[in-house]
Amino acid sequence: MSASQPVPAAARLFLSGNEAVARAVWEAGTRVAAAYPGTPSTEILEVLAKYPDLYTEWSINEKVSLEVALGASMVGARAFCAMKHVGMNVASDALMTMTVTGTEGGLVIAIADDVGMSSSQNEQDSRYWGRFAHLPVLEPADSQEAYAMTRAAFELSERFRTPVILRLTTRICHVKGVVVAGEREAVEPGGFTKDPRRWVMVPGNAKPRLPLMFEREAAVRAEAENSPLNFRVDGTDRRIGFVTSGPAFMHVREAFPDAPVFKLGLSCPAPLESLRKFAASVDSVLVVEETEPLLETELKAAGIACHGKDVLPRTGELAPDALHLGVARLRGEVVAEPEHVVPQQVFPRPPTMCVACPHLGVYYTLSQMRNVMIAGDIGCYTLGAGHPWNALDSCISMGASMGTALGMDKGRGKVDENKKVVAVIGDSTFMHMGMQGLLDITWNRGNVTVLLLDNRAVGMTGGQDNPGSGRDLHGKETTRIDFAKLCEALGVKKERIRVLDPYQLPVLFKALREETKIEEPSVIITDRPCVLIDHYVPTKPYLVKEDRCTGCGNCVDVGCPAIHVIRRDKEVKASGKEVDLSFVRIDTSACTGCGLCVQPCAPEAIIHAEPVQTLQPVQFVRK
Amino acid sequence: MSKVTNILVCGVGGQGVMTATEILAEAAISLGFDVKKTEVAGMSQRGGVVTSHLRFGSEVLSPQILPGEADLLIGFESAEALRWGHMLRPGGVALVNSGRIVPPVVNIGLFDYPEQPVAQMRALGLRVHDFDATALAVQLGNIRLGNTVMLGASSDWLPFPAEVLRDAVLARFGSRKPKLVDVNREAFEAGRRAVAGETLAA
Repeated sequence: MSASQPVPAAARLFLSGNEAVARAVWEAGTRVAAAYPGTPSTEILEVLAKYPDLYTEWSINEKVSLEVALGASMVGARAFCAMKHVGMNVASDALMTMTVTGTEGGLVIAIADDVGMSSSQNEQDSRYWGRFAHLPVLEPADSQEAYAMTRAAFELSERFRTPVILRLTTRICHVKGVVVAGEREAVEPGGFTKDPRRWVMVPGNAKPRLPLMFEREAAVRAEAENSPLNFRVDGTDRRIGFVTSGPAFMHVREAFPDAPVFKLGLSCPAPLESLRKFAASVDSVLVVEETEPLLETELKAAGIACHGKDVLPRTGELAPDALHLGVARLRGEVVAEPEHVVPQQVFPRPPTMCVACPHLGVYYTLSQMRNVMIAGDIGCYTLGAGHPWNALDSCISMGASMGTALGMDKGRGKVDENKKVVAVIGDSTFMHMGMQGLLDITWNRGNVTVLLLDNRAVGMTGGQDNPGSGRDLHGKETTRIDFAKLCEALGVKKERIRVLDPYQLPVLFKALREETKIEEPSVIITDRPCVLIDHYVPTKPYLVKEDRCTGCGNCVDVGCPAIHVIRRDKEVKASGKEVDLSFVRIDTSACTGCGLCVQPCAPEAIIHAEPVQTLQPVQFVRK
Repeated sequence: MSKVTNILVCGVGGQGVMTATEILAEAAISLGFDVKKTEVAGMSQRGGVVTSHLRFGSEVLSPQILPGEADLLIGFESAEALRWGHMLRPGGVALVNSGRIVPPVVNIGLFDYPEQPVAQMRALGLRVHDFDATALAVQLGNIRLGNTVMLGASSDWLPFPAEVLRDAVLARFGSRKPKLVDVNREAFEAGRRAVAGETLAA
């Protein structure tokens, strides 16, 4: 039941929100779709790429993807672009002007908010962009709506000649539900019309367009008052009327099946007059919105009394349990004690790096260094901040390791003057937003050593291709970027660029020690592929000869999940100091023979094993 | 059983929790139910905690199962089953793989793995069937069959015949791979036998 098969119209499909959006984008006759991978939006483009008759690409960042989509719209094609919430921070420079030009071919931008922060560095409410850029925002509540609203978004976009934001959340993107799909429309691009007053946004051309943008906003607001995407569900219990949008609608219906609900699909600009009528028909109004009090503020500004964040959580999802608590607070009721057992305290199980991950060698080496400040970045390698390495001191935004490292270098006082400054960044993140930062480091003579972890994939989101892999979204061969040459072009001296194998720990350690001593920009590129991508070849696994293991625990510090401690002990050294001992076993069926743990093992207790079985108990395989 | 059936599947990233839930969903869909399935993926592929919520019935609104609402808890890993035990409704059933996956934070001595996760669940008054699905899978020659063993174990605790789920599992392998079909059928039945003797009141 794959979304990507050319299934007949009216078929009953079981699709995630992401798959439903992809299906609808294809059906809408879209010609160009672009994105940069980012949880929870990644699968939209992955699924779209399997459909026929449209151009799809991974772009190098979200801003470029939005510009690609706009270009397609300019020539009259229907265009689509998808990103996670923080992606729009990057793309917004383009967004804030394309709202002035408007669009030609329908242009839909899906922004997926990671409400609840399953895999992000912050929580943002992308509905703000609708207010900031004066654009319509559609908010589906499940897969079927994600499908239907994507189709509606293209129509709205062409009718009002405006980009339309489709606001998704994790609980839409990654929830599967039943969807009845339709057929693909044939849409032929209308062609490009040379019109500098429309497309060349110099002040003289842009200024006369500003009033048009506000006229358009007013017209969409009038549309919102009558749109079937905004509707009312009647209920008998009129004590509280709920105003809600997105997945919170389902939670409200689940928790309060008898309450009246005003459900917003076209939620921005908000249909204030319809909401005023709704408010008049109930005793009180509770606005249930994820995550910011946007509608609540707008209702209050319009003189419509309501409750919202005074009783509901300010962050995270508004699942039925949170709603029950909020409503009880509003009504001054006491919440009944739950009937279920008390949640038990169990150790945390944070995500780990994979068995034989090339980053293990990098972080083991960094963890052995003293007097170092390590600016980190966004990707799998952010896990280096965790145990056992604790070898990452910051993680802010895509590419931020470059600028923050330079700032640390320039800003440090006497207390930090003997510290070395290292920046750690992955290949995709470097190309996304890191290159400019490196240029700033070289131009401004920063004393920073950059570790560029080239694993030839966008690892964290599932191993997508990027310009460093030399393959495009479809896995086809294309230009492959040479990182050493790129760094040289960005101003790093040729002799300060080293390309190393991260599995060779002494080589890596020596290079890091030398480069951090030299007071000029340097780049160490590690060049072994991600173990999740298709062409990783496991080699002969290892085992521990238990009679040789002295319990020193050095191999445990590598952080490989295939190494297990089977026994702990304590030993009093000749100096009188008590040390902890950890005797280990290697899960040979999981080990892929990278050899990292062999190197710090002084007693040579780790030796090759014959494979006991070819399959792994915990399978880290690419989906 | 309530109008909507709530099944919570939990385990560790990489164990196949999401695939198993997907197959359960396919079985429910084949019977014409409205179905919603939710999980938070993201970083879970990296050995983190994974839960997958499956709800089906005549109409499903919220995709999320709340604490105290799960009819069935399918635990692919012992400590994870313990972690999510509070999701069971009073009278709900937990089917638990007694196999363990010990994370690095336990290996390096920062935390302890619970001594007896299943016994701890029972001490809380939960109804638990435990069995070593990992060992059963290895006996059948392929540790990846653990997934099918767990589904087999769940098949007599569903509000529809076990054969519907079995067909959904086997449909995954198609007719081109008869060997895989056979070994998965065996794994499914092995899981079924492992928890036989008691069924959920419909």
